[in-house]
Amino acid sequence: MKAILRLKEVSVSYTPGKNAVDKVTTDIYPNTITAIMGPSGCGKSTLLRAINRMHDLYANVQTTGEIILKGRNVLEMDPMEVRRMAGMVFQQPNPFPTMSIYDNVLAGYTLNGIRLGKNEKEEIVEQSLQSVALWDEVKDVMTKRGSFLSGGQQQRLCIARTLALKPEVLLMDEPTSALDPISTNKIEELLLQLKQQFTIIIVTHNMSQAARISDNAMFMYLGELVEHGNTTQMFTKPRNKRTEEYLTGVFG
Amino acid sequence: MNKDSIFRFLLSTAALLVLLFTAGIIYALVSRSTEAFQEYGVWGFVGNAEWDPRSATEEYGALSFILGTLYTSFFALLLCIPFSLAVALFNGEYYKGKKISSAVRSIVDLLAGIPSIVYGLWGFYTLRPLVIALGVSAQGFGIFLSSVVLAIMIIPYASSLSSEFLSMVPNNLKEGAYSLGATQIEVVQYISLPSAGSGIVASYILALGRALGETMAVTMLIGNTNRIPRGLSDTGNTMASVIANQFGEADGLKLSSLIAIGLLLFIITAVINLIAKLIMKKISLI
Ligand SMILES: Nc1ncnc2c1ncn2[C@@H]1O[C@H](COP(=O)(O)OP(=O)(O)O)[C@@H](O)[C@H]1O
Ligand SMILES: [Mg+2]
Repeated sequence: MKAILRLKEVSVSYTPGKNAVDKVTTDIYPNTITAIMGPSGCGKSTLLRAINRMHDLYANVQTTGEIILKGRNVLEMDPMEVRRMAGMVFQQPNPFPTMSIYDNVLAGYTLNGIRLGKNEKEEIVEQSLQSVALWDEVKDVMTKRGSFLSGGQQQRLCIARTLALKPEVLLMDEPTSALDPISTNKIEELLLQLKQQFTIIIVTHNMSQAARISDNAMFMYLGELVEHGNTTQMFTKPRNKRTEEYLTGVFG
Repeated sequence: MNKDSIFRFLLSTAALLVLLFTAGIIYALVSRSTEAFQEYGVWGFVGNAEWDPRSATEEYGALSFILGTLYTSFFALLLCIPFSLAVALFNGEYYKGKKISSAVRSIVDLLAGIPSIVYGLWGFYTLRPLVIALGVSAQGFGIFLSSVVLAIMIIPYASSLSSEFLSMVPNNLKEGAYSLGATQIEVVQYISLPSAGSGIVASYILALGRALGETMAVTMLIGNTNRIPRGLSDTGNTMASVIANQFGEADGLKLSSLIAIGLLLFIITAVINLIAKLIMKKISLI
């Protein structure tokens, strides 16, 4: 199988000479869920945000190496195009509070100045909300503000908002860490559905979550990718001593 | 009595005195304007554009000055919006937290510290010849000149508050928008400005409140004419400037009418400030 995303010696530094992510090389395959694990501060978010060029928003953040998305080097592309191809879901649900639920789903189009016909809009909204299992819950309150929903619903709305742009990969940074167990469960089920259409990379603090939903796992430590491979294999027979210590709860 | 209760006593007395001063000012305004209001009735006074101090035909109404105030203030507000919005976006969005933004902030704050009379002089000696050269009016004095100077005077008030509100727009909302492929200007248009919107409106209302009551510079520049201004190039008087221009040689009904105008100005400004405060209170509750 051909990788959809290839990272080659990707390094990111916030201060010159100090890599928060250090020479990470890995391949991500289509229609899989990859979990990025590791202790707090090991560079998981930093790596994830390199993929959709979020670091460009802040001066002094340097990204080097190659990030090949569908055959093109992300670091040489227009960042706006990259971000439409690689949707991102954040730790804290962030629906746009000045927009209705309906407009939140379409925000990606509005923000990019893309005008859609009414039918097209309705179709995108319904399809996106269906695919995050939110349609039935909100179809009668479409004009209400996004912030009126519960935390779990807000996060699903945010997922719908990125799916509406039909991205290639979905980057999720601890998307359930601010949610209750029931909402978390719902989103995990959702991700298993969504991987049939998308490729998902999820940063998670929660090892059982990684075990439940991911096909592949990456274990990072101090900015380095210590181990990556099949999730079951990593959980049962970790190759690296650090990985084993982390998974058995020696540190975390 | 111990130290604590002495201190508490002094504090309460000072606070009470401030209340008394305020009440005293209001009482003086009300009691001394009664003569005019009794003569013409409140609406008769507010709705009458005549201001004729000649003893044979003596007649006083506030409408010319109310309209003069509204014209100058709203035109000043209109002129001030693009500049203060630019400053606000510069400080609160594009260069938020950067050194250059605090430098710009200090310079704009400096504008707020310039005494009104200095603005008046500058308007008189620098801007007025320019207004004449532009052919806006023959003498240069008038609504236009006053509004331009007023606009500059209120830029600091409008911009510092609105940049405050812009910089309070949560970063995770902006990142959310960027992650969908938005450019900075799209983030400003669809996220930052709508989120800070009511705060920005409140800042402009407060700036309007400043413009309404601004006296010295306007008095020097507006041309002291007692009728409804026929346009931007016309001369006129605002409520504040007519008082400043004419209180010295006024007595009797005329003085009472001037004080009545002062009372009306006080009420208008208080209401405007109240509206702005209510909007801001509503924002902070969200
Ligand atoms: N904006 C930033 N500026 C400077 N250093 C940062 C910034 N964000 C993260 N770091 C540092 O980079 C390292 C990796 O952080 P991060 O990617 O957030 O870790 P994780 O997501 O695994 O908890 C940490 O040492 C952190 O302190
Ligand atoms: Mg993180």
